Amino acid sequence: MPMKSFLRTLVLSGGVSLALAGPPPEIAEPLRVLRAVGPEGQGNAAASAAWKKLAAGNASTLVPLLVAMDGANDYALNWLRAAVDAVAGRELTAGHPLPVPELKQFLRMTEHNPRARRLAFELVARTDPATADQLLAGMLNDPSLELRRDAVQKLVDQADQAIARTNPVVAAPLLQSALRSARDVTQIEGIADKLKGLGQPVDLQKHFGFLSEWKVIGPFDNTGNQGFETAYPPELKIDLTAEYDGKKGKVRWQDYVTTHKYGMVDMNQPCGKLKEVTAYATTDVFSNRAQPVELRLGGKNSWRVWLNGKLLFAHDEYHTNTEIDQYIMRAQLQPGRNTLLVKVCQNEEVKEWTEEWEFQLRITDALGTPIVFTRPPCSADGQTIKN
Amino acid sequence: MNLKSHSVNRKAGRVTPRAPFGFLGEVCGAHGVTRPTTALVSGSHFAKAFHAWSLCLLLAASTALYGSDWRRFRGPHGNGAADAAPVPAVLDATNSIAWKSNLPGRGLSSPIIVGDRVFVTCSSGLSQQRLHVICFNATDGAKLWERQFWATGRTMCHEKTAVAAPTPASDGEHIVAIFSSNDIVCLDLAGNLIWFRGLGRDYPHASNSLGMTSSLLIAGGVVVAQVESQSEAFTAGLELATGMNRWKITRSRGPNWTSPVLLQTGGAELVALQSARGIVAIEPATGQTVWSYTNKTSATPSSSLNGSTLLVPSQGLTALGFGSGEPVPKQLWRSGQLNPGTPSPAVLRDKVFALNDGGVLTCGNAATGERLWQLRLKGPFSASPVVAGQFLYCVNEKGLAQVVDTTKPEGEVVSELDLGETVLSTPSIAHGAIYFRSDGRLWKFGKS
Repeated sequence: MPMKSFLRTLVLSGGVSLALAGPPPEIAEPLRVLRAVGPEGQGNAAASAAWKKLAAGNASTLVPLLVAMDGANDYALNWLRAAVDAVAGRELTAGHPLPVPELKQFLRMTEHNPRARRLAFELVARTDPATADQLLAGMLNDPSLELRRDAVQKLVDQADQAIARTNPVVAAPLLQSALRSARDVTQIEGIADKLKGLGQPVDLQKHFGFLSEWKVIGPFDNTGNQGFETAYPPELKIDLTAEYDGKKGKVRWQDYVTTHKYGMVDMNQPCGKLKEVTAYATTDVFSNRAQPVELRLGGKNSWRVWLNGKLLFAHDEYHTNTEIDQYIMRAQLQPGRNTLLVKVCQNEEVKEWTEEWEFQLRITDALGTPIVFTRPPCSADGQTIKN
Repeated sequence: MNLKSHSVNRKAGRVTPRAPFGFLGEVCGAHGVTRPTTALVSGSHFAKAFHAWSLCLLLAASTALYGSDWRRFRGPHGNGAADAAPVPAVLDATNSIAWKSNLPGRGLSSPIIVGDRVFVTCSSGLSQQRLHVICFNATDGAKLWERQFWATGRTMCHEKTAVAAPTPASDGEHIVAIFSSNDIVCLDLAGNLIWFRGLGRDYPHASNSLGMTSSLLIAGGVVVAQVESQSEAFTAGLELATGMNRWKITRSRGPNWTSPVLLQTGGAELVALQSARGIVAIEPATGQTVWSYTNKTSATPSSSLNGSTLLVPSQGLTALGFGSGEPVPKQLWRSGQLNPGTPSPAVLRDKVFALNDGGVLTCGNAATGERLWQLRLKGPFSASPVVAGQFLYCVNEKGLAQVVDTTKPEGEVVSELDLGETVLSTPSIAHGAIYFRSDGRLWKFGKS
């Protein structure tokens, strides 16, 4: 709750006078109104009036605005962010100081909203760039992706300097440390390239945590892209011993292990290079506890994903573009076995660049850290116990 | 930087390099604004003579009436044409530049100009998840305010485009900006946030992994947002005052990068929505279809308005006459020789200009579709041409701006300016000036 976080901020900020003063009463109600905005413009009319009150505040309101971001939805975050911009911009233009000690205190409290903390960092940097740069040194494992990225980049820069001095002994550990902390995909790939240049190649499939062992079945018909909406038997029940009528005859589940650098599951391999078809892939992951996760999928084909029989999301688009973590789905893992099912479709296009019929999938925390799953429990003869 | 201006030796067909922009002035203050110095840079006799000629043009231009605001993609008429003609014919590094300012992020969106303010959108940060709306003083290029937002929808797009691809729109009191993530923000001219919508969060299936580019249109107190992709396609009419849905209509699924065009017909306003399947004209107040044209139509260049004729990129260019009281538009002509590529066609009175990606500019008779002349420009092009007076302004992807005198029998390039940066954005014209933007810079040439 924002007020609870705010009180905690007050307590932990000790003798910081501005924070101890707390939010003036006239701010509390506008903050509540902004936090109440929701989907489809819900609350916009009231928020517009409340925003003007907040935007008229002075520098002492910046930390309360940032604290109010804790637990706020994505719509409210933007209203609050714009208010911070307005207040900070006006104060800086007028030559007024920003409350740097309070902002630094807020920044140090990692339980606050990561985006709010990054914003606090940038406000500090606008006033005192040297201090902000020093703060980055302690942020290698920060919950803010942007702060962490900048902290990692400092290590990479040091490594680059060592490489320029032809000193790989110094560079390699710096890069390994950077790799452990990095979560931004582009940054990880850059670090891996440098390590490869130093003779220390990175297993990127393992590093990113792509799921590599699957059971696949197909092809089923997708003529006229109708297969995307058609619930073939694997959608109704996953029976790994079953045999079904597919587009080209009987089909059954096959083992499939991807060795692709980025974990691509290529349906052309088990099913053949076909058009207007669809196929399924399933795998189990074992979680030692209930936990929130993100399922991160990439691919150029239409797809659907189910977790434990529940449809998480679907996207009906073919052969446009792909990248790691292209689609991110929030989900909850249950303790023990969790069954994933992916449906991936191929359309009618015949150009060479439309041959791809594939996807990649990994499970991470909210920052992109791959989840390490426990091994499934086994019986004495080594057979996996079903649960 | 490699910024060079050129004036074209028309007799010899040669291009004379001029002073690089780096000599023009110095960065002023914290805004990164650069203003020109008054010193002329030495050059060839021809270049000096050309300077004098351009100064005369500037003086002549200054006596003309100022044009109007430029409040949306491709200007007040939705066809790239400015209302008046005081824009310099010679874009150069010494006489015609007013200022340049730095931008904090990428963008293909055009600047819009409302009175003495210029508004630009940018995207920056990890996965371009930061969305910027920036207001500059049109007189000196100083940044007046900036607001940032965090994308709530998908920001993935092709590397050639950017999340800040669509152009914002204004009714003169509000600035409404949309991004590829389908986030829409409405601000007043002073930067006060009026409303925020996360259409990408509200309707998460409507996204395109290559990026969304349809610009906004404001009509009758409604913001028209075309959000069309393979996975889901709709057009929404949002209340300008609150951002709430007034209407939302389902559209044919398919990738669509075109922008709506405002039609004036019998005192009423209609909005033409383009897709690969044709044109649908709707009432902005209700979203109700008034008429439709069904034919294979491009999903990249947008249609252009010429009075009561809509020039549609369909099988070349197809002219649809509307507003005659007929329930359906009448096909006036079709020309396969007028075939726009990525750039949308521009219209100037009796002429239409189609520019293909490679740089072939074709001028046609807007009333008949007859091809009048062709001119090969230096391509490739993504930005749409814009036109003021007798001059057509085309900027290629390498940042080479080329000014074409459209009154010459075969068209003629009268000046060139190398901005030295990739430019994919359509220029904007307002109040006697033309604006260009790249991923890092905003330039103003003309009246300051």
